[in-house]
Amino acid sequence: MAVESSQLPSTLADDQSKRLLIKRVKGMVRSVLIHAGLIPAAFVFLLPFLWMLSTSLKPDVQFYSYPPVLIPSPLQWSNFPDAVTYITFFLYMRNTLTIAVLATVGVLISSSLVAYSLARIPWPGRNILFILTLATLMLPFQVTMIPLFIVFKNFGWVNSWLPLIVPHWFGGALYIFLLRQFFMTIPMELSEAARIDGASELKIYYSVLLPLSKPALATVAIFEFIARWRDYIGPLIYLSDQELYTLSLGIYEYQSQYGAEWGLLMAASVMITLPIILLFFFLQKTFVQGIALTGIKG
Amino acid sequence: MATALTTENLPRRRLSQGTRHTINGLLFASPWIVGLLAFWIYPTLASAYYSFTKYNGVRNPQWTGISNYVELFTNDSEFLDAVYNTVYFAVVSIPLAIIFAFGLALMLNAKIRAQVVYRTIYFLPTLVPEVALALVWLFIFTPHSGLIAAPFRAFGMRGPCWLTCAEWARPTLVLLALWIIGQQIILYLAGLQDVPQDLYDAADVDGANFLSKFRNVTVPILTPVIFFHLVTSVIGALNFFAIPYIMTGGTGFPANSTLFYSIYLYKNAFHYLVMGYASAMAWLLFVFTLVVTLLIWRSARLWVFYAGGEE
Repeated sequence: MAVESSQLPSTLADDQSKRLLIKRVKGMVRSVLIHAGLIPAAFVFLLPFLWMLSTSLKPDVQFYSYPPVLIPSPLQWSNFPDAVTYITFFLYMRNTLTIAVLATVGVLISSSLVAYSLARIPWPGRNILFILTLATLMLPFQVTMIPLFIVFKNFGWVNSWLPLIVPHWFGGALYIFLLRQFFMTIPMELSEAARIDGASELKIYYSVLLPLSKPALATVAIFEFIARWRDYIGPLIYLSDQELYTLSLGIYEYQSQYGAEWGLLMAASVMITLPIILLFFFLQKTFVQGIALTGIKG
Repeated sequence: MATALTTENLPRRRLSQGTRHTINGLLFASPWIVGLLAFWIYPTLASAYYSFTKYNGVRNPQWTGISNYVELFTNDSEFLDAVYNTVYFAVVSIPLAIIFAFGLALMLNAKIRAQVVYRTIYFLPTLVPEVALALVWLFIFTPHSGLIAAPFRAFGMRGPCWLTCAEWARPTLVLLALWIIGQQIILYLAGLQDVPQDLYDAADVDGANFLSKFRNVTVPILTPVIFFHLVTSVIGALNFFAIPYIMTGGTGFPANSTLFYSIYLYKNAFHYLVMGYASAMAWLLFVFTLVVTLLIWRSARLWVFYAGGEE
């Protein structure tokens, strides 16, 4: 058709539309192929949640039924109140929240102060301190685990929340690193101008740096809160009174005592997972930025 | 903090700017300087000392020289099991994690619909408390009757014994660990989004096909992310604790095949109260981590590509 046509412009237009068509078909094939890879992967990633949720609403007799039942009928809602009662869910939740909130507040204040020192105040020792900070990230927690336990035991802090909270008031290496990187991106001229105006470093810290660093601070807060909410080994080492247990430890202990009460256990699992997932949905952007920020330096 | 203010309020002439900066720098960093000394440096040194002693955490440590280390290597088959399981886990799971995370990120990076939805779904397992994850996996992987058995039953087969027999327990845990690669997927995705488009355009002009663009543009630009993933996941794999501990109650069942290094160390320290012995294990782990990390750093020169140099 294009060959028969005597008008050059229309040939060009035909060619172009043909190429466009090919490109569109190619693009469609490509995106179908990609979704064909992504959808099964998504299903696999979702499966534990779906099964958790499904089991949390199942009566005992359906746990192992074949073929598997995804949506149980009738829905056994009573697993939830049962889990709350037998696992003393709200007690553990209050404990977990107390630890998580206090540790998060501490880590925010201390890490941001330290990061300010490393990023914004030129003083001789700061590079050494920074290298030491990074070095602690390489140190397996098992190396410090035993002496710390002994120290806290000598303080009389074992079987209390203090070992799970107090260390966080002295800064966290990863957060110091993350905040330092962020503080460095804020123009130095802002600090210098404020110094010339006679502002103290503390004033510059809280009235110049902190307001400009809300996204990074939010990242630190969320990461730390979730880390403490999920923490398992800390409470395992330090807490022995059941009234002090956190959710993770409490649910684990319940399972090891009473075994495979899957309806209850999955109901409890849903209840400890849901708050974090909700947090993630609302603060997705902060999360993604934070993860990228921690991984900048290869 | 109050002192920081006072320093500032001192007459300027008395203190040079350099001195003031040093004082303020130290004051702002003081929580971490104390923390570093109290929670990192002192315990690291103390644990090195304990590792040469017999110590139950109550009576004073008794110096025994290198006997803990000798004992570990010559007279402790559980230790060797733990080393084997942990190295197996690291060697098998890390390359798989890199391949899967990179692959999924590549697919996500194609400008497709619902990218955010997929990304969210892949990230979710990393948020779940380990207790919940371990329990639901334990339930799903119940041999012959759990959800995982369903496809096998459909074909009239019994399927593997998963976590209940020694030859399957290790691969099963490797498989389970592949669920938790959401963070890495996000890192690779961020890396992919930073690949300058003009590199691809230049490759197009040269007539490069998809594969050669992948090999010569995408992979080199992403090597710093792979490097980061490698270093962090070596440390992560050597510290693998909560999930196998919760799934087996720390027993290492079956036949010690899920007895990972951290679990055995924890048991030595807090169940058997041989804290000197456990400290020796901790230091071996530390040295091993250092050596492996150093080797990876050294190798970085050969394969990690930095566009325009580092910061």
